[in-house]
Amino acid sequence: MPALLDVSNLSIHFGGVKAVQDVSFSIDAGIVYSVIGPNGAGKTTLFNLITGVYKPTAGEIRLDGESIGGKSPDELARRGVARTFQNLQICMNMSAIENVMVGAHLRLDRNLIKAALRLPGLTRRDAELREEAFELMRFVGLEKYRDARADSMPYGALKRLEIARALAMKPRLIFLDEPAAGLNPKETIEVDHLVRKVADSGITVVLVEHDMKMVMNLSDRILVLDYGKKLAEGTGEEVRRNPDVIAAYLGAHA
Amino acid sequence: MLAQLLQFLFSGLTVGATYALAALGFTLIYNASNVINFAQGEFIMLGGMLAVFFTQAGLPLPAALALAILVPAVVGILIEKLAIEPVKGAETVTLIIITIGASLVIRGLVQVFLGKNTHSLPAFSGDTPIEILGATLMPQSLWVMGVTAIVVVVLWYFFNRTLTGKAMLATSYNRLAAELVGINTNGVLFMSFAMSAALGALGGILITPITLTSYDVGIMLGLKGFVAAVLGGLGNGLGAVVGGLLVGILEAMGAGYLSSAYKDPIPFVLILFILFFMPRGLFGAKVTDRV
Amino acid sequence: MQKRAYFGLYILIAVLAVLPFVLPNSFYLDLAIRMAINAIIVLGLNLLIGFAGQISLGHAGFLGLGAYASAVLPTHFGWHPVLAMIAGAVATGILAALVARPIFKLKGNYLAMATLGLGIIINIAVRNEAQWTGGPDGMPVPAFGLAGFELSSDKQWYWVVAALLAVSVWASLNLIDSPFGRALRALHGSEVASRVVGVDVVRYKVAIFVMSAVFASLMGSVTAHYVGFVTPNLADFFHSIELVTMVVIGGMASVYGSVIGAVLLTALPQALATFEGWETVAFGAILMICMIFLPKGLVPTLASKFGKAE
Ligand SMILES: Nc1ncnc2c1ncn2[C@@H]1O[C@H](COP(=O)(O)OP(=O)(O)OP(=O)(O)O)[C@@H](O)[C@H]1O
Ligand SMILES: [Mg+2]
Repeated sequence: MPALLDVSNLSIHFGGVKAVQDVSFSIDAGIVYSVIGPNGAGKTTLFNLITGVYKPTAGEIRLDGESIGGKSPDELARRGVARTFQNLQICMNMSAIENVMVGAHLRLDRNLIKAALRLPGLTRRDAELREEAFELMRFVGLEKYRDARADSMPYGALKRLEIARALAMKPRLIFLDEPAAGLNPKETIEVDHLVRKVADSGITVVLVEHDMKMVMNLSDRILVLDYGKKLAEGTGEEVRRNPDVIAAYLGAHA
Repeated sequence: MLAQLLQFLFSGLTVGATYALAALGFTLIYNASNVINFAQGEFIMLGGMLAVFFTQAGLPLPAALALAILVPAVVGILIEKLAIEPVKGAETVTLIIITIGASLVIRGLVQVFLGKNTHSLPAFSGDTPIEILGATLMPQSLWVMGVTAIVVVVLWYFFNRTLTGKAMLATSYNRLAAELVGINTNGVLFMSFAMSAALGALGGILITPITLTSYDVGIMLGLKGFVAAVLGGLGNGLGAVVGGLLVGILEAMGAGYLSSAYKDPIPFVLILFILFFMPRGLFGAKVTDRV
Repeated sequence: MQKRAYFGLYILIAVLAVLPFVLPNSFYLDLAIRMAINAIIVLGLNLLIGFAGQISLGHAGFLGLGAYASAVLPTHFGWHPVLAMIAGAVATGILAALVARPIFKLKGNYLAMATLGLGIIINIAVRNEAQWTGGPDGMPVPAFGLAGFELSSDKQWYWVVAALLAVSVWASLNLIDSPFGRALRALHGSEVASRVVGVDVVRYKVAIFVMSAVFASLMGSVTAHYVGFVTPNLADFFHSIELVTMVVIGGMASVYGSVIGAVLLTALPQALATFEGWETVAFGAILMICMIFLPKGLVPTLASKFGKAE
């Protein structure tokens, strides 16, 4: 069986900065795959490349065998790729539940005329969607924010709201960029459980996280990036024993 | 044939120099703050109108011209202090509306206090045309082109050789990093508004003996300055100058060979094509928005 | 957006229904009609500026296209006014789409300048083509009739325009609380987030831009027939700015704000009429002061003061 996601020799340069260089790996369906590395290693850039936000300078990305490198984010969304952002990208001009509902964009009738006339079919579907969105908010632990405006919510809640919005897409593959960054230890454990629940629901998870306990806990496989290059790849145990990784991390901390 | 072409080229380079100054004004402010200053055209208008006003009030020409540059510079500083700094980091739409508001206030005040009439200034060194290969060149055109050339050289020196200039340049590349190394980025913003306003006013003064001026010439001049800045690659100083001259030449050719009633739309149609085929203009750097 | 969002609509309908019976004379009726026409244009413009976060500084140009289509086509070519109105709207839509496609791939500043330039060019064209448009002096517009019935008295016009306004408010409320409207607001809130959930942002921006331009064109036709005369001032830069000011003062992203903004600023020139020339200064100052001190505009600011979310 071919891998769900297959990345080969992927690179992007910003002027002189080689943010991702010649990186190859593949991800099987149904696993939790983590990408780790020091600050500036190129993890977020890798996510941006795979989700279509940046166009690669070179290399290939295949989803289910189909080449998707350079496709736009909305085309990737159609193929079941969802993501969250390290720097919050919540629509502060909307309510919490509307943010989640936007995630279901592609599954809805987006017709302008029908919307302006408030046709009954559309309204009914929207009411159902509102319930569905609330279920997702409950799933990520935000049930008490049902009527909240996004700009009135605390940071930790917004982090989960991003996950709920991504889940509303009913994705096959979800990219989580530092979902626990900036959270306190209790919240971090909750997010750890949440990611596990997402993975158990059958969605393939790709995770970037600096909290090593969480990474080791959750991941089936781990990719280590350093200065945009692939340093190592394998199970948690393999990566932990890899001398290059030890050197890079000790170097980073020394 | 050649004489006619040369004639159009002369008038194109003359107005083009004014557009170049306006485009430099846009570029300075854009680099310091990512704001497109929609009041840039009003500085041009203000320069011309004030020069007329001060000379009519009896001031000697050099003093009148100095004041006609100084006052707009102060207006630029006021706009920055009162309207741009308080909303730092606001949405693009908000900033556009604020600078549009500023432009209306300037234009309205000029209309109220200086009237709606069209004015002219005497040319700085007479009106005896110079013959070149059958085409005529007015001495004032030489003033416009010469002063613009000097300004470009001075600006180049300022940005590449002085500490203040380098600090301004650094801020445009990376504001946060500039702040971290101790550059006063508010000061930079302040400087850029003063300089842009002065540049615009200078252009307005120089061109007034040729094209005349009135309270409402600012919009069109500003628009063309913006087209020039975009043509050159928004944010690029050299691009602004080249863009300005190109817009001026194309406009003069269009007016001469096609239709003078429709010379104003030419830069605009041009810009649509540029944005379509080369959205970063002639010299713009490729940037990927950070996510 | 819950049921209570529609509460304001009922109030509006009630006000519109009693207004002609309490207005003292035809001067006020005329003012009310022009307020309602502006309110409809501003509703469309607010969808673009307030909800989608994109700006147009040339909407009066689109208004002018509609108005002149309704003046020129029936006068010179004998077209039926309805046909002329539709032709104006279609032409405006096509022009807006042609300009918007390349521009919306870029950032906001380009759109502002492009629409500013487009508006000015439409105005120049109208002034220059005097054999068709009467040039700077303008031209008369034939009366509007449909199926043997002719709209003539101000009372009749009032009811037509009031009905259009009520329907427009209703449709706007519907739209912003629909998948389409949420996508619009989302691309304003975070463009990258809306792209990754599947919103084709360029398409949405173009759609709302074209829609608001067509709205303006249609209302331009209505204005032309109502006033019975068109001049290039209808299409000039200052009028575009007036429309933007209405959006800003009433409240960006507020349906009722659009109506309030239109009402206030349609009345303002009457109040300022005695101060020749100060109009421009006043509009400029309002724009700046609003953006600096009241960035949300009147209606949303008041609404949150009284603890009600709109
Ligand atoms: N749009 C861009 N333009 C220019 N440089 C960029 C851009 N995006 C990323 N970079 C550069 O690419 C490199 C990798 O950045 P990236 O954000 O991918 O790191 P990261 O591994 O996610 O780090 P962190 O752990 O801090 O989030 C950095 O040097 C960054 O400055
Ligand atoms: Mg990162």
